[in-house]
Amino acid sequence: MSSVTEIKQVRISLTVNGERHEHEVEPRRLLSDFLREDLGLTGTHVGCEHGVCGTCNIMLDGRTARACLLFAAQCDGAEIRTVESLGTVDKMHPIQEAFWEKHGLQCGFCTPGMLMSAAELLERNPEPSSEEIREAVSSNLCRCTGYQTIVEAVQDAATRIREQANG
Amino acid sequence: MAKDTSFLEKSRQVEPPREAYKWIGKDMKRVEDPRLLAGKGIYLDDVQLPKMAHAAVLRSPHAHARILSVDTSKAKNLPGVILVMTGAEAAEVTGPTASFASPPCPQYCLAVERVRHVGEAVAAVVAQSRYLAEDAIDLIEVEYEELPVVVDPLEAIKSTGDAVLHPERGDSNVAIERTLRFGPVDEDFANADQVIERKLRWPRVGAVPLETCGAVASYDEGTGKFTIHANTSMYNYVGWLIAVSLNVPSHRVNIIPTLAGGSFGSKLFLHKVPTLAATLARASGRPVKFLEDRLDNLMNCDNHASDRVYNAKLAIKDGMMTGISFHVVDDYGAYLQFGYGTHGNALSQASGPYKLSSLEMNLVAVFTNKCQQGAYRGFGSEVMNFLVERLADAAIEELGDDPLEFRRRNFIKPEEFPYRIPTGNLYDSGDYPKVLDEAAELLDYPGWRKKQEAARKEGRYIGIGVATCQERSVFSATEFWFLNPDEAQGFTLTSSPEGVSVKIDPTGKAMVTLHAPFWGNSPETMATQILAEHLTMDPADIGISYSDTDSGLNGTGPGGSRYTVMIAGALTGAAGKIREKLLTVGGHMLEASVEDLELADGRVSVKGAPEHGKTIAEVALHAHYFRLSMPDDPLLTSGIDATHVYDHPLTTLPNGDRTDLGVFYPIMGHMCHMPVIEVDIETGKIEFLDYVAVHDCGTMVNPMTLKGHIRGGTASGIGTAMYEHFYYDEQGQLLNASFADYLIPTLHELPVDLRTGHVETLSPFTEFGIKGGGEGGRMGAPPALAAAVEDALRPFGVKIDELPLSPRRLRSLIRAAASSKV
Repeated sequence: MSSVTEIKQVRISLTVNGERHEHEVEPRRLLSDFLREDLGLTGTHVGCEHGVCGTCNIMLDGRTARACLLFAAQCDGAEIRTVESLGTVDKMHPIQEAFWEKHGLQCGFCTPGMLMSAAELLERNPEPSSEEIREAVSSNLCRCTGYQTIVEAVQDAATRIREQANG
Repeated sequence: MAKDTSFLEKSRQVEPPREAYKWIGKDMKRVEDPRLLAGKGIYLDDVQLPKMAHAAVLRSPHAHARILSVDTSKAKNLPGVILVMTGAEAAEVTGPTASFASPPCPQYCLAVERVRHVGEAVAAVVAQSRYLAEDAIDLIEVEYEELPVVVDPLEAIKSTGDAVLHPERGDSNVAIERTLRFGPVDEDFANADQVIERKLRWPRVGAVPLETCGAVASYDEGTGKFTIHANTSMYNYVGWLIAVSLNVPSHRVNIIPTLAGGSFGSKLFLHKVPTLAATLARASGRPVKFLEDRLDNLMNCDNHASDRVYNAKLAIKDGMMTGISFHVVDDYGAYLQFGYGTHGNALSQASGPYKLSSLEMNLVAVFTNKCQQGAYRGFGSEVMNFLVERLADAAIEELGDDPLEFRRRNFIKPEEFPYRIPTGNLYDSGDYPKVLDEAAELLDYPGWRKKQEAARKEGRYIGIGVATCQERSVFSATEFWFLNPDEAQGFTLTSSPEGVSVKIDPTGKAMVTLHAPFWGNSPETMATQILAEHLTMDPADIGISYSDTDSGLNGTGPGGSRYTVMIAGALTGAAGKIREKLLTVGGHMLEASVEDLELADGRVSVKGAPEHGKTIAEVALHAHYFRLSMPDDPLLTSGIDATHVYDHPLTTLPNGDRTDLGVFYPIMGHMCHMPVIEVDIETGKIEFLDYVAVHDCGTMVNPMTLKGHIRGGTASGIGTAMYEHFYYDEQGQLLNASFADYLIPTLHELPVDLRTGHVETLSPFTEFGIKGGGEGGRMGAPPALAAAVEDALRPFGVKIDELPLSPRRLRSLIRAAASSKV
């Protein structure tokens, strides 16, 4: 069984939240663990580790992906964004502002993944219909809110982003 | 049974409800949110300590077996492994985990000699990484001798010999059988015009928060002290029990709470996880993180809830409900963490909102080879709501009555509060007709009845459900012990207190320390709004933190819809002391007597002359640094700070023979849920057409967050009613221990717009008249949906006696009904 510890490390080079990283990782290292433990980006949470709940959603080359279903080694050359790329406590992204305003979170655990799903939708479709928002939000599980305020928050975020763009 | 005003004299309410508030009752954005939104909240898995190692657990593949041998040699030889520990080795240093059962039902953080359910922990590995720990788990070899497996709770009653899970408690899997009678049960049933009977089945579901349970423990050999970070509640209430398990004095364990990513009861008091992490830390000499993965959580966490089989009767006389008698078998699984507390809880509101004169419960609690029960939003009372409302609906059907009129007639009337129900518990206040009327109006109940009739002519099956039920709030701990066997030790009156510490710093900012954790509720926002109201401060000037057990005051924490009521009580006490100090110091500064001063708009000033005053910041600076410029007064010390521990607002002892359980859950919320659904009779699929929920939680501190609780709770109630169920097969294998198979509702399973309303009847016993509201949605949705589906399928004569209402179940009910008509 000594082979387990003799697993070769793989060198990867990727961009996370605009910053370039070079790392040696085990081929089996999950992207979620790489982000959280190797890069210290603990905003990405892990809910089920089998790809259902969407809590660990991140943006991989502009599309959301479950970080628990990806190996870090698969992401060589990729551009990744996590919740930390959106905004800060003092300077929130309009999606974060909208979630705050509309009470789109309670325990906050699913929230980072939910925000990334919302970000993906609004980047691709700045004026989504209510049905399109519901479709996007339905990819993530939330046990606290019943989702209704999350849908309202995404709607509100779309308006905020448009208003910001129009100055 | 009757109105009883004698309790009003015992009210310890200091702050009566006001006509108007500045901060209470406002939709204030949550204080908790910015850091959670920015990904900066510190949950358990975000705790990192230097040299921290990681644990993984080997779990039993068998539901019931003797552990014959455990060979850890290969696992120990794996590079990167620091420690491998078996149950027998752990038991040499660590005793049983905390339990509230009587007689005891010992449980260990790693199983000793015998496993009693699939997923029970058998051995643990500590390694340099979780990956290596899981590798090593696969190298542990365990030899088991399989024992007979008990899965069916009714079969469990008959178990003997090797099928008995806890032979030391006797040769039976019956944990307790107990009959309690309240009021003239025999008379009510003898005099009844009708006796309605129903057999009901409530399914095993679970709280299933998105964050699992975890702990990071370290052991300091120098001081002999453990430090345990954990996402548990009740750490300042019964956290010392972990020290008992670890065989150290309680001052050698400090528990530090983290944010909890949801609990819904399942993190009420973690015992196995922190005890295990601490045991491994002591043995390995390294800080150890153990965080359940999803499989661990679904198979072994304490989030499985009530699993009940009912045989129930309702007596009706002259169209009025008079008595309820029920036999219930509850499948507690393999252990008993909270004793029979969920049945004690249910007796607090066993007559629902109705005037009943008698109640009888025959409880048989059994052990089976399943994960033990823990707490989940409702703690057994949500099942009681289902029972009472199913019986009421059956009576309505049998009498050919109207669902609204029958309820109105049977309600306790608004002028009859405070009202004692047959079990002895008191309902403090309520206006049930008003809640029902508001729901009917909000829904347009008559309009939906017309639409239903029209749809039926088109062959569509629309159903309207009505459920009017209770949300008891603010538990007294008597519910945890009054069902214990007669020979067990009783207690004198127990409290379940909540403390708070408040200080005003030299610049006038307030720092509040809570003694209970955040677990998805809004404790920081509640405390901020309530303190801002008391001290007439700007909420932006109030900061909140959480104590650990080293510094903690009494704090029972969230659970049983108690936190907002209890923290309001604690803050009222602390704010009173702060106000007094502000006025005393301000009086010296203004050279005025305290009686002539008031605290308003953030200033201490002379009554009627607000320009003659000092800001809180000015007074605070003076109090902190210029104490000796004021006259000698032993009560006048530097600084402005106060602590206050608030006890349960109103509780009394149960009597000896338990014909009167006393007052133990008196702050009584109420709700009316009216879902409108359509059943596709070809597929059994249920679609929501509308949903209205009107709640009464007394004075609302923050209507926005309360609405969040109602909607979120209703969503989990819909999960219980329609989708969720832990399925164990006859070998005791849990067949759906993943999110792919255990179906938490997604957005598509829920109403598009869950419309809410509020009625505020004010508690005469709590500060500001607040009642709890954390569990209500889940306590109302299941009976309302059962009623709605039964209503939709009325042309088939289908009865809904069992949840969840899966498409498969509905199809089989429809098929059976259709074939019996042919």
